[in-house]
Amino acid sequence: MTPAQRRWVFGLAVAGLAAFYLWGLSGLPGFGDYPGPYGFAVLHLAVQQTNATGIVSAINFEYRGFDTVGEEFILFAAAAGTAVVLRRLRGERERSPVDQAADREGPPTSGAVRMLALLFTGPVIVMGWWLATHAQTNPSGGFQGGVILATAFVLVYLAGEFLVFKRFSPVALTEAVEAAGAGGFAAVGVAAVPMGVAFLTNYLPLGQTPGAVSSSGTIALISFFVGLEVGAAFILIIGELLEQTLLIRQGGR
Amino acid sequence: MEYFPFVVVAWILGVGLYGVVTSRHLVHQIICLIVVQSSTYVLLLAVGYVTGAVAPYYFDVPDHTPAVDPVVQALALTDVVVEAAVTALLLSFAIQAHKRFGTLDPQELASLKG
Repeated sequence: MTPAQRRWVFGLAVAGLAAFYLWGLSGLPGFGDYPGPYGFAVLHLAVQQTNATGIVSAINFEYRGFDTVGEEFILFAAAAGTAVVLRRLRGERERSPVDQAADREGPPTSGAVRMLALLFTGPVIVMGWWLATHAQTNPSGGFQGGVILATAFVLVYLAGEFLVFKRFSPVALTEAVEAAGAGGFAAVGVAAVPMGVAFLTNYLPLGQTPGAVSSSGTIALISFFVGLEVGAAFILIIGELLEQTLLIRQGGR
Repeated sequence: MEYFPFVVVAWILGVGLYGVVTSRHLVHQIICLIVVQSSTYVLLLAVGYVTGAVAPYYFDVPDHTPAVDPVVQALALTDVVVEAAVTALLLSFAIQAHKRFGTLDPQELASLKG
């Protein structure tokens, strides 16, 4: 198919899509008049039922907790899939990332980048940890916190080089943390079953004050496990992609 | 202005789709796919918006203050995570495609292997 034909087909498809979109739009309530009964029911009940003031976290880790288990395992599977797709193939060998061109060396990391990256590493870890452990109170949670925790390791990579990144996040340890995070979430859910209640029931004490760190029972615990899982999964994925700079095909281009 | 957010959604979706169709580079194509998916965030958040309402967090506002719909926000969060996972996988496929065929142009890739 030539690019011109492709554009024609695309134009036809977009016309159809636009028609359906307009049709769907005509049935939607106007912007700002959302009637959604389900969301408003949750808004009214969540604080009393869970002592969590972060209603989005309460939905993710409590009311829709079953979906979030699946979502977490999507990320788990993606990290595993990346490792499988980027496994070392026959004919690939590892070499130093700095000597890709035979006649010159790669430029060293500048002092300013090193300094800034090192300066940010500590605060970023604290922020990621704080976010992962405060899902019950405010707009944070394991997903956001985990990604920011992984960023700290990317800063280590920026400040040093790939080998330092690897030393700070050995694959075996990162995989163990990822498995502990994913398994921990599932275990928190399954632990409800022997108690005679449904999977992922919030069986921990909810605390006295809504919005306290110790409040909300399993929501806080699950968010923490999700933080571990997401952080480790992102470190693994980033590590796999960075490792590709070390691998070249024999007689590669 | 009542329909403006939905126009923005359509625009982001259309621009992203155009990029996916006409792209000449796999990494560019993956980024266009991210743009397509970004339209769903705007759509979800626009659908759940309530005029004059606060964010669904009762940490420093009294309980039962009118708030926007938290369910669509939770869905948007799910969407972001899935997008990250999909992007990571697609980028690793792009790396392997480049190793195998020596090109990242989807049209040349199509002529090499069906």
